[in-house]
Amino acid sequence: MTALQEDKLLDCSGMLCPVPVIKTSKAIKELQVGQVLKMVATDPGAPADMEAWARQTGNDLLDSHKEGEKFIFYLKRIK
Amino acid sequence: MSKSDPNAPKRLALIASKGTLDWAYPPLILASTAGAMGWEAGIFFTFYGLPLLLKDIGAAVSPLGNPAMPMKMPFGPEGFQNINWPIPTAMMTVPGFNALATSLMKQTFKNKGVASVPELRAMCIEADVKMIACQMTMDVFGFKKEDFISECEVGGAATFLSYAADADVQLFV
Repeated sequence: MTALQEDKLLDCSGMLCPVPVIKTSKAIKELQVGQVLKMVATDPGAPADMEAWARQTGNDLLDSHKEGEKFIFYLKRIK
Repeated sequence: MSKSDPNAPKRLALIASKGTLDWAYPPLILASTAGAMGWEAGIFFTFYGLPLLLKDIGAAVSPLGNPAMPMKMPFGPEGFQNINWPIPTAMMTVPGFNALATSLMKQTFKNKGVASVPELRAMCIEADVKMIACQMTMDVFGFKKEDFISECEVGGAATFLSYAADADVQLFV
């Protein structure tokens, strides 16, 4: 899964719930509809939380995977 | 008007009834997260939760009466930090022990990357979380509107219930 290209990168490494979710929601509002945010986190709760956040906000979680100690998310702004 | 308008955002209605450092977290985390999910959120601060609206939050914590609270050191090697210290109850009554426990908890949270209570409250304000100070508690404990942050409003049980009636999630903390 390396074909995804982000328009903006948000690093939430070292932050715990709920800060990554709040920072993600702020960051995605700074994008245009259709643009992609890459979010990096170390919070082990982030994969479940980002999925729930995307479902609730109607944004698209394109990809969620782990690289070493980091959780990587690609989120597309839908509305 | 969540229930009457199908296009309205979801709504979270919380009661914050405890003002210690540990119990300040759940309502502020939930409300700020609700805001980040595009929900409306409101918190009714009542009884001991009311001081969380003071301009300077003085929230402290005590292991006394909290038998399940882990007592861990926020410094030293990992093995040392993971030790759960058995603190005798009598020691918890020593003057200064609450201040020590409070500073240890604050430092542990900071080390782990947890936002502080004032930071979380600021996130709630930024997310337009409705904050209602309980009028009755203000009268009982002698608080004035000017003691609190300007973003809060004052109301009673009817104010909260009217807000909560249109909420999708209601919780008492």
